[in-house]
Amino acid sequence: MTAASPAAGDRFLLDRRDFSAFLTSIRTAGYRIVGPTVRDGAIVYGDIQAESDLPIGWTERQDAGRYRLERRSDQALFGYVVGPHSWKKYLFPSHERLWTATRDGPTFAVISEPSDPTPLAFLGVRACELAALKITDKVFMGGIPDPSYSARRTRVLRVAVQCGQAGGTCFCVSMGTGPGVTSDYDLSLTEILTEGRHEFLVAVGTEAGGSVLRSVPLRPPTDEADRTVTAIVAHTASSMGRSMDPTGLRDLLLSNPDHPRWERVAKRCLSCTNCTMACPTCFCHTTEEVPSLDAEKTERWRRWDSCFNLEFTKLHATPVRASSSSRYRQWLTHKLGSWHDQFGTSGCVGCGRCITWCPVAIDITEEVAALRVPPPAPTPGGGH
Amino acid sequence: MVPRPRLAVWKFASCDGCQLTMLDCEDELLAVANAVEIANFREASSAVVEGPYDLSLVEGSITTPEDAARIREVRAQSRTLVTIGACATAGGIQALRNFGNVEEFQRVVYARPDFIATLAASTAIRDHVAVDFELRGCPINKAQLLEVVSAFLTRRAPNVPTESVCVECKRRGNVCVVVARGTPCLGPVTQTGCGAICPAYHRGCYGCFGPMDSPNTASLIRNLGYLGMAPDAVRRVFRTYNADAPAFRAAGDSVGGEGAGG
Repeated sequence: MTAASPAAGDRFLLDRRDFSAFLTSIRTAGYRIVGPTVRDGAIVYGDIQAESDLPIGWTERQDAGRYRLERRSDQALFGYVVGPHSWKKYLFPSHERLWTATRDGPTFAVISEPSDPTPLAFLGVRACELAALKITDKVFMGGIPDPSYSARRTRVLRVAVQCGQAGGTCFCVSMGTGPGVTSDYDLSLTEILTEGRHEFLVAVGTEAGGSVLRSVPLRPPTDEADRTVTAIVAHTASSMGRSMDPTGLRDLLLSNPDHPRWERVAKRCLSCTNCTMACPTCFCHTTEEVPSLDAEKTERWRRWDSCFNLEFTKLHATPVRASSSSRYRQWLTHKLGSWHDQFGTSGCVGCGRCITWCPVAIDITEEVAALRVPPPAPTPGGGH
Repeated sequence: MVPRPRLAVWKFASCDGCQLTMLDCEDELLAVANAVEIANFREASSAVVEGPYDLSLVEGSITTPEDAARIREVRAQSRTLVTIGACATAGGIQALRNFGNVEEFQRVVYARPDFIATLAASTAIRDHVAVDFELRGCPINKAQLLEVVSAFLTRRAPNVPTESVCVECKRRGNVCVVVARGTPCLGPVTQTGCGAICPAYHRGCYGCFGPMDSPNTASLIRNLGYLGMAPDAVRRVFRTYNADAPAFRAAGDSVGGEGAGG
């Protein structure tokens, strides 16, 4: 059948052989599709022109400081977890011109940066990533909306995918963000791949999601498909590679500024920023002026920056967090602690990127567990 | 017309690659020539205008007694002195002599060692005279060079980040070669500026821009060992273009094994 006007709450089955028609339908609705693709030894996010751009039959093995692409024994389209990229690169680009100013006699003219009007369809957004989008929405649109972020974000179509497997560094169950997709999506897919069957259960979350299904061949859902999907999500939830006790995290972090663990982790931490760059919610940035040599024109650029960068901590030319222990503490205390005060939520969604992409395998779940161990009491008469 | 600031470019022990970066500016070179008077740049023109100079760009390290005297003359003629490249800021690849015995090299290499007048060590310009700004790289990055000239013209601090190569690698969307391939990489302890070229081509970083502002070389050395590098190999990766930069020198010295010390 062809759905006339699928509405929020509707559910359908989409055959694997009709997946191309699904992509075409999204594109015909005017979206530029971005999603998972294999590049440089990893599954990254890039432009999806055809279903052959997807990581068909690929998966990955992840552990702290280690990621390896591997072949699957089947032809799954979404048989991987999350890679080094996150969707923030589309909404909050790593390097972006904000405006240009040109000299105009005694004064100057400001030329604002035009935004690309093409709406984006994010294909394959995982539950933890939907949670991350909700967090960056608060960061960039919660108060005074950031013009470039909101211009892009308000036009995004979120095509979510419920995870069919957990990665070695995943802990979304601990953070309460996944693996089931329950809200904040336009469409949600679950890939069903069993003997002789390859299909997707499609759940419609919004009108925008329903409207891209109009010309796609769909079938009504079956009880068996529903049972299979429930079992898939339950299996993923029970096979998380990591876990983190979420109890009282804010208070734990805010009450332990002098815990000896900070010095221990600093011996390993490279201050390289990889954790924050890979994190889907880290949003620190710097702005810089790029003037022309003749000083007739200047451009203002925004670049990703990080609390691990020494220069980022400079106030009046002096770093306020000169040691790497203080910078690691700043990151973790903000992410899991003061983020609650600032944005009413944790800054961590349990995606595991900071664990996988740390070159020296520092594991946030291990660090938090160590911080839960009270520091040894000071020796009587010791100290100064 | 207000006279343009006078620019001079000086060469000491070096390969000329950093000066060539200036000529490689092509599109921007006319703008540079409009903004400054290129008064002394032998690589580009034999026409030389006498000093003093407003801005001197100094390439190369100090390796001979003559050059040790000449850099003082250059400094005396220059209002602002900026060193360009790994040789001028860390002694360059030729600072490998600092880990060996120069007299022995002379005896082995030259038929008449008594013709050679050289110093025992190759040293950075700042070891001899006051330096206003050090631009890193082997070779330097063209955009950073233009930024330094532009900053000089508008009398502001140059915007030259001192963070790790990883920052730019991630901004480019590169996949980390350490994590995804197990390739040894100096990126986490190396200053950004090159544009993360090597990792973009699946190679580890060679450290061409020298140590970043807060390098944890001890942790990286453990990681290089974990990735399978023998101590000799670890020492060698720190002893290249920036071998005598203090943090890299200490890192190389900290690794044991055959050939250590020197």
